[in-house]
Parts: sequence; C-alpha cells; structure tokens
Amino acid sequence: MYAQLVETGTSKLRTLDEMSPEERQFQERINDEIKIEPKNWMPDAYRKTLIRQISQHAHSEIVGMLPEGNWLTRAPTLKRKLQLMAKIQDEAGHGLYLYSAMETLGADRDEEIDKLHDGRAKYSSIFNYPTLNWADMGTIGWLVDGAAIVNQVPLQRTSYGPYARAMIRVCKEESFHQRQGYQILLTMMQEGTDDQKAMVQDSINRFWWPALMMFGPSDENSPNSAQSMAWKIKRHSNDELRQRFLDQTVPQLELLGCTAPDQDLKYNQETGHYEFGAIDWQEFFDVVKGNGPCNRERVEARRNAIDNGAWVREAAVAHAAKRQRRAA
Amino acid sequence: MQNISHQSAAHRSSAQKNTAQKTQTPLIDYLLRLGDNALILGQRHAQLCGKAPALEEELALMNVGLDLFGQARNWLGYVSELMASELMADKIDADHLAFRRDAQDFRNLLLVEQPNGDFADIMGRQFLFDAWHVHLLEGLTHANDPRIAEVAAKSLKEATYHLRRSSEWVIRLGDGTEESHARMQRALDNLWQFTGELLQIDEIDQAMLEAGIAPDPDTLATRWKVTVEEVLEEATLSRPAYDAWMYTGGKVGHHTEHLGFLLAEMQYLPRAYPDATVW
Ligand SMILES: [Fe+2]
Ligand SMILES: [Fe+2]
Ligand SMILES: [Fe+2]
Repeated sequence: MYAQLVETGTSKLRTLDEMSPEERQFQERINDEIKIEPKNWMPDAYRKTLIRQISQHAHSEIVGMLPEGNWLTRAPTLKRKLQLMAKIQDEAGHGLYLYSAMETLGADRDEEIDKLHDGRAKYSSIFNYPTLNWADMGTIGWLVDGAAIVNQVPLQRTSYGPYARAMIRVCKEESFHQRQGYQILLTMMQEGTDDQKAMVQDSINRFWWPALMMFGPSDENSPNSAQSMAWKIKRHSNDELRQRFLDQTVPQLELLGCTAPDQDLKYNQETGHYEFGAIDWQEFFDVVKGNGPCNRERVEARRNAIDNGAWVREAAVAHAAKRQRRAA
Repeated sequence: MQNISHQSAAHRSSAQKNTAQKTQTPLIDYLLRLGDNALILGQRHAQLCGKAPALEEELALMNVGLDLFGQARNWLGYVSELMASELMADKIDADHLAFRRDAQDFRNLLLVEQPNGDFADIMGRQFLFDAWHVHLLEGLTHANDPRIAEVAAKSLKEATYHLRRSSEWVIRLGDGTEESHARMQRALDNLWQFTGELLQIDEIDQAMLEAGIAPDPDTLATRWKVTVEEVLEEATLSRPAYDAWMYTGGKVGHHTEHLGFLLAEMQYLPRAYPDATVW
C-alpha cells in the first residue's frame, strides 16, 4: 500500500533444511517473534527488500505532502488551516523517521531519494491523483490515512525492530489524521450547504477506487508476498487487508449519508463482509508504471525542491567548515 | 464561524464594511496590525509547503507557519471580541476578519507580504521581521492590558525561536559560498526598502504608547538595529543605509500589488461559498 509491489529478489521460498546455518538461525528467530536488530546477521535479500519497502513508505509520506499542500493555502478557516498544516508536518516527520529506520540497514537517504527523483523508486499510487476540491482534504484523511492504518497496524509487529518501532509512533498520528479527515466530511454533510455536500460526494467518487487499490494487486498477482510473509515484513495478504478496510469504512460512509461509486457494493449476511465490484487493475498498473494523472508533476515537484535547494545546502556545509577552521 | 451562522449574507456584508470604517478604534487598529502580520507571513509559509531545500527545513518552516497562524488567531480573536463589546458592532469572528476583509482593510507591514522568492529572500524577510517582532513582543508583555500581555508572552517564546533560526540562516548564507553570499546580499538590498515601516511611528502607535500598551518606539528601534547589525556583521553582509528611501503604507492599508493575489488565494473558499457557515 504505502509500499506496493515490493520486489523480494527471491523466486521460491526455501525450507529451513535448505538454508545455511546462519540463515536458519535468522529464520527461527523470526518464527519465534524475536525482533531482528541492525547489528544482527540478516540475509542480503531481507536487507534489500526492507530497504525497498521502508524507502517506498518514506517516499510516500513525502510525496503525500504535495496533494494536501495543494489546498493548504486555500484552507477555509484558521482552525482547518492549522490542522492541515500540522498534519502535513506530521507526514514530513513520518518520512524523516522512516528514512532513519532505513539507514539502520546501511542505506543512504540521499541515494534513495535520488532513486525517487529519477523514477527508479516507487511510492504509493494514491498520491498520483489530483486534489480538486476542499473535501479532498477530508477524504484523504479518512480514506488514505485510514487505509494506511489498516496496513500499518500489523507492521507494528513486523520482524525488523526499527521499522516496527517507527510504525508504532506513526500509527498513533495516522489515527488522529483519519478522525480529523472524517470530521471535515461529517461537518459538511451534517451542517453544510448543498454545494458543500456535493463537494463531499464528488470527492468520494474520485478517491474510492484509488483508495481500494492502495492495498496492491489481489493475492494471485502478488508474486513476492510469500517471501515477505515468511520474513514477517508483511503479515496479511493484500486482499485480506482490503477487506478489513472495506468492512470498517462502509458503515462510516453510510453515516456520512454518501454513496460509493460501486453498484455491486453490498453486505453479505452469511460472511459478515461487504462485497465489492471489480477493481480496474489496468489503471493501477498504469499509475504504478508512472502513467497516473499526477506522476510527472509529483516527482518533478520533489526534484525541484531538492535541486533548487542545492546552493542552500552547499552554503550550510561551507559555513560549517569555515566555523570549524576558525575554532581550530 | 458559528457566531455569524444566523446572519443573512446581506447582514454580513454590512458588517464587513464596518470593519473598514467605524470599528477602527486605535486599539483595534493596532491589534489588527499584529494579527495581520502573523496571518500574512503565515500564509507565505503555507505557500512553501513541499518546496523546502531539505526535509528538516520542511518541518522547521511549517513549525514557524503554525506558530504564526496560531498568533493570528489569538490577536484576531481578541479584535473580534473588542469589536462586539466596544463598538456594538455585529459579532465578527477571527475567521471573518481573516477571510472576508479586502486588501485595503489589512494592516500588515509591507515586508511580510513580499513574495517567497528564493531561500535567501525567505530568510531575509523572516530575519528582518523577527528582529523587530521579538523586541516588540517583549515590550508588549508589559502592556497594561492583561490579554495583550498574555498573548505577547506566548508569542514571544515562539518568535525567539524564529529569530534564532532566521539569524542562523542569514549567517550561513552570508558567510557560506560565493553564490549564497551574493544571493543573501541581493535579498537584503531588495527587502531593505520595507524596513522603514517597522520603525515608523504614526498616531495609532502614539495612542497605544500613551495608553500603556505599545513599548517605547525609540528603544524598539535601537534594539532592532543592534540585532540587525550584529547578525549582518557575522554574516559578512553589508547593511544598506538607514536613511535610504523607504516604501511604507501597509500599516494604513496601502499595500503592494502582492497582497491582493495572496488574499485571492487564501480567501477563495469563504468568498466562493458565502452561504457556507461551517467548514
Ligand atoms: Fe504518515
Ligand atoms: Fe504512512
Ligand atoms: Fe497521515
């Protein structure tokens, strides 16, 4: 989701008997739910997969600031402006925190950010959709942060210690964002004008399917899942998490008095779950490949910020060096 | 916004006219200056979201923006209460003041409405303002109006951090590379024309001084100059002349062309949906 389609670099799952002694010890540690810490031995593929997963997650937090930043200058009250600014600041903090967790694996933040800027690294597909009205600030909090929570709560128990601990802190803040976003929508639906209500429904219509796509392809199309599950850096299947998200979200949708753009959405009495229509996976794979509505401008915005700031960072380094020389 | 939820649109627009005309007691005008400075500079920070030269700076810029919007809400909230109690005007809340006034009713300094430009422009603007803001707020903590003293004390803690940060950046950029030095000097030279207004005294300031609210203007001017000179010297930047030509007018509502666009963006939703009473 924030990390979608993470490549594990392994083609088939190996049994304990097929592993080297140190790999076997590593896997047994994971099986016993003992956290892997930076100083512990780990297979190269585990390290690389985690770097990919955590960096994707971090990039998503940072790119995710852009669609919300798009409305920060137009937030309609001082309270909403303060809330939105604080939320975006939290996301920047999540990004920094995750990059630090990633660096404990020996990766370099600047190098990983370069990969984002030249298209080698991915980030969540959801942030390639435009924010077109104010209600999108509510919908993103409710659905996008909401989906993030469903995905990340199990990651609080992920096998890699620094990642698990980062998730505990991040999840707390995401829950707050989710409630705040829902409140924006509820206020407009309960006390707003017809125009405001229409804004909310329009926003849900646009974000509903992309939010469901956040969990990634269905299980039969997730070739890397088995290895990630064995390493416990993924703890539930994509479809399982998507279902969990849907089951908790539909009653909230009904409370708003809004509808989903899905004619097939219905409650199944027997299973106790909501059933939903077919997801347009072509759209998902297009967006992941770089062909979403905002892919180009999101990456360009990030690249510009860092490139245009090069002289500032150089000045800071030069000044620090001058200071050091003077002190010596 | 709840406060005006029962009023008709027509009723509200007459209230809006009031803010520009009969409601301007010296105290209200003075507080609008404080609130508008924070609001407009905060809005410049909102425009910077996602554009910082490093992630750490992204967080720091938003910290400053959050402080400024919080200060704006406190000052404008007090203004709205005074308007209601002292002038028997229709109750207008802080949001109404922020989102429904026209440019000529804003009382902020010209300095804070200047566009973001590059990081030297941003930090130069911030530093010249902070160096004044800190000393002003310090003076206001002694105001004989307890509400003002209280808001000033809270704001002073924030502004002290802002000044430390903006001073550090002016020094880093001034005494960094050749390029950063040139950019910082150019920014300073461009912004300098807006500093005259910081130290200029008009009848509103005079009235507030006499009322025991505003601090002594000469002391404020001296302190601002000392701070500016110290930092510019360490930054190896040359200070433009104090008696250079100065562009003024923000305090009385005569703004630069930039403010209108800033407000058009900031006020878009409340203006486009005037019947919406909650958001
Ligand atoms: Fe986040
Ligand atoms: Fe997240
Ligand atoms: Fe969030």
